[in-house]
Amino acid sequence: MLAPIPLLPLAGFVINAFLGRRLPKTVSGGLACLAMLGAFAVSVLAVLQARGAPEHFIQQTLFQWIASGDLKIPVALRVDPLSSVMILVVTGIGSLIHIYSTAYMHEESDGEYARYFSYLNLFAAFMLVLVLGSTFPVMFVGWEGVGLCSYLLIGFWFRKPSAADAGKKAFVVNRIGDFGFILGMLILFIEFGSLDFQRIAWAVSARAPELSMGVVTVATLLLFLGATGKSAQIPLYVWLPDAMEGPTPVSALIHAATMVTAGVYMIGRNAVLFQHAPITLGVVAGIGVATALMAGTIGLVQNDIKRVLAYSTVSQLGYMFLAMGVGAYAAGIFHLYTHAFFKALLFLGSGAVIHALAGEQDLRNMGGLKKALPITYWTFLIGAIAIAGVPPLAGFFSKDEILWRTFSGGHTVLWTIGMVTAFLTATYMFRLVFLTFFGDRHGHDHGHGEHLHDAPPAMALVLIVLAIGSIVAGFVGIPHALGGGNRIEAFLEPSFEAHAQAPDNPEFQVVQGTPGTPRLEGRVERAHEADTQTELLLMGVSTGVAIAGIVLASYFWLRNRAAATRVARSAAPVYTLLLNKYYVDEIYDALIVQPIKGVSTLVLWQGVDAALIDGTVNGVGRLVRASSDTLRRLQTGSIRAYAASLFFGVVVILGWYLWR
Amino acid sequence: MATLNHFLILSGVLFAIGTAGVFLRRNLITILLSIEIMLNAVNITFVAVGRYLGTVDGQIITFFVMTVAAAEAAVGLALVIALFRHRETLSPDAFTSLKW
Repeated sequence: MLAPIPLLPLAGFVINAFLGRRLPKTVSGGLACLAMLGAFAVSVLAVLQARGAPEHFIQQTLFQWIASGDLKIPVALRVDPLSSVMILVVTGIGSLIHIYSTAYMHEESDGEYARYFSYLNLFAAFMLVLVLGSTFPVMFVGWEGVGLCSYLLIGFWFRKPSAADAGKKAFVVNRIGDFGFILGMLILFIEFGSLDFQRIAWAVSARAPELSMGVVTVATLLLFLGATGKSAQIPLYVWLPDAMEGPTPVSALIHAATMVTAGVYMIGRNAVLFQHAPITLGVVAGIGVATALMAGTIGLVQNDIKRVLAYSTVSQLGYMFLAMGVGAYAAGIFHLYTHAFFKALLFLGSGAVIHALAGEQDLRNMGGLKKALPITYWTFLIGAIAIAGVPPLAGFFSKDEILWRTFSGGHTVLWTIGMVTAFLTATYMFRLVFLTFFGDRHGHDHGHGEHLHDAPPAMALVLIVLAIGSIVAGFVGIPHALGGGNRIEAFLEPSFEAHAQAPDNPEFQVVQGTPGTPRLEGRVERAHEADTQTELLLMGVSTGVAIAGIVLASYFWLRNRAAATRVARSAAPVYTLLLNKYYVDEIYDALIVQPIKGVSTLVLWQGVDAALIDGTVNGVGRLVRASSDTLRRLQTGSIRAYAASLFFGVVVILGWYLWR
Repeated sequence: MATLNHFLILSGVLFAIGTAGVFLRRNLITILLSIEIMLNAVNITFVAVGRYLGTVDGQIITFFVMTVAAAEAAVGLALVIALFRHRETLSPDAFTSLKW
């Protein structure tokens, strides 16, 4: 029942990869879309089935993958509330982006078109394995697979050096995180003797918190390192802005809606485990909020439309990690889910703009596109309002839930930074809107000012669907304070708790006490127990902040652009610092890349390889040559000399035997 | 009465003469002849020791040696003729190009 969900896109990949070059675009693109829509349909059925199941999950074991001593890893797929949300986002948003891509990539040749869709389908397959896997190794297969597809799609236009480099950068940076992930996995196996999420959760909740807390902290920190790589958090976020070299739908699907949220999902999946590592949670929250703020400030001054959105994604992912770090797992996943709608919408909208302007991405060369691109404009505006956090659009509910849970958990500093970031979010998003769609077109000497065309039907349809999604997606999580039921939280909650009973496996040995109710001391109180008045007040504050951000943006970039330039000039050092992204790339280059290059060149290459290894090999060669140069003089060619040496040799040997 | 030692001394002397001939003579044919002398010196030893021990083994092996010597002489002389046609000389010092 669950197997078709990843297998359908995989089949699409296989067909397009092997036959794609010979298929016309309608067939290869249609096939890819159908595979995704099929996976979506199966996902919906699976989710409904899981909701009806007794413990709100269904699990299907496909086959035993590894069986070696204590290590038993079945390939098992599991749909529980958490993975329900994920598979619906991946297949739903994924289908829409596939449909959008059929129009966006239409100028590619047949072979390239099929290659694009085969990668996209392969990505979806791996992403679904990632979210459906019920054990760490299966998740890791998906984890690595989406990394591979990310690399392939960032470097889709691999003849462009910057795209090829960006792909490599993404891959290398992710390797660092993946290394942490593997180590974390190994520690968990050593500690708990299992790699199954449920069993680990159960085992850890059966323990007293002080028991093995250090080990759990180390393991979760390592897992979080993996998450920072995949989900573009400090210190490994640097690859995501560069990943914008890929086609825009790829940025929307992989680098906004799905893959980059894998880290958030992973923490949500191991919520019980992380709950037992308060230090890690503190780190997660701190890193999350720091990333949110840092990326928000950078996004404020960038001039590439996609880069602004990329930093916005990094910033929003920071929010999700903040939620995870303060124990508001449901809020984090809720934000993941609403973010998938509006960020995909914004990326696809920017794709429509880029498409209309024949590849132009620089905001300074845009402007006044409101009239020419009405559908793009209106949908983009909805996305911008949603991400800015204006009620009642989707972003408001999820972001506010995170901020409220942060505040009510007593993390006032984090909440303040989160608020500042919310203000920045509204400002940079509306800077984007005003620079793109309002004012006069700058630098329109390209000659296509007259025949700008709005998004073609396939793209327009997707934009509209996503815009509707951005409006209504948040209604599943209306907080109690506003009279809603916060249904998504109630829905997700079972996924963040260990089962009351031991998993049905007699081989499971790690029983160190009776499993009771999961220990969740660090967890903030449920919303309905908290002070409703404060919550409403904070909602008012965050709405005010969002609107203030929009107003500020409209002042600087709509009514008085000269003022923006003036401010930039008067704060030139800050502006330059932000424009150059805090010089993080340069710092990494100086601190990490160049030393590695230096060590590699001087020590490993010239020292070890050239001097030691080549020296040994060539030295042996030279030695043989030099000695044979001397020894070959013995071969004089004179028969009598040979005969004499033979004779005296025999005499010596005989003499040795006779006289010894 | 000739004893075994007499034969062995004779054999040794003949072998030494043959060896000296191989080393000292500068004519390939003479060298071949010297080798024949060495072979026959060994033959004498075989026969003498065979007689001393009262067996025929020494005589049998001598026939083998003579057969091989005949074949060797045929091949050797053929080579000498070929070499002479090539260089117009029979001095072994002229044929040292197979070196280094």
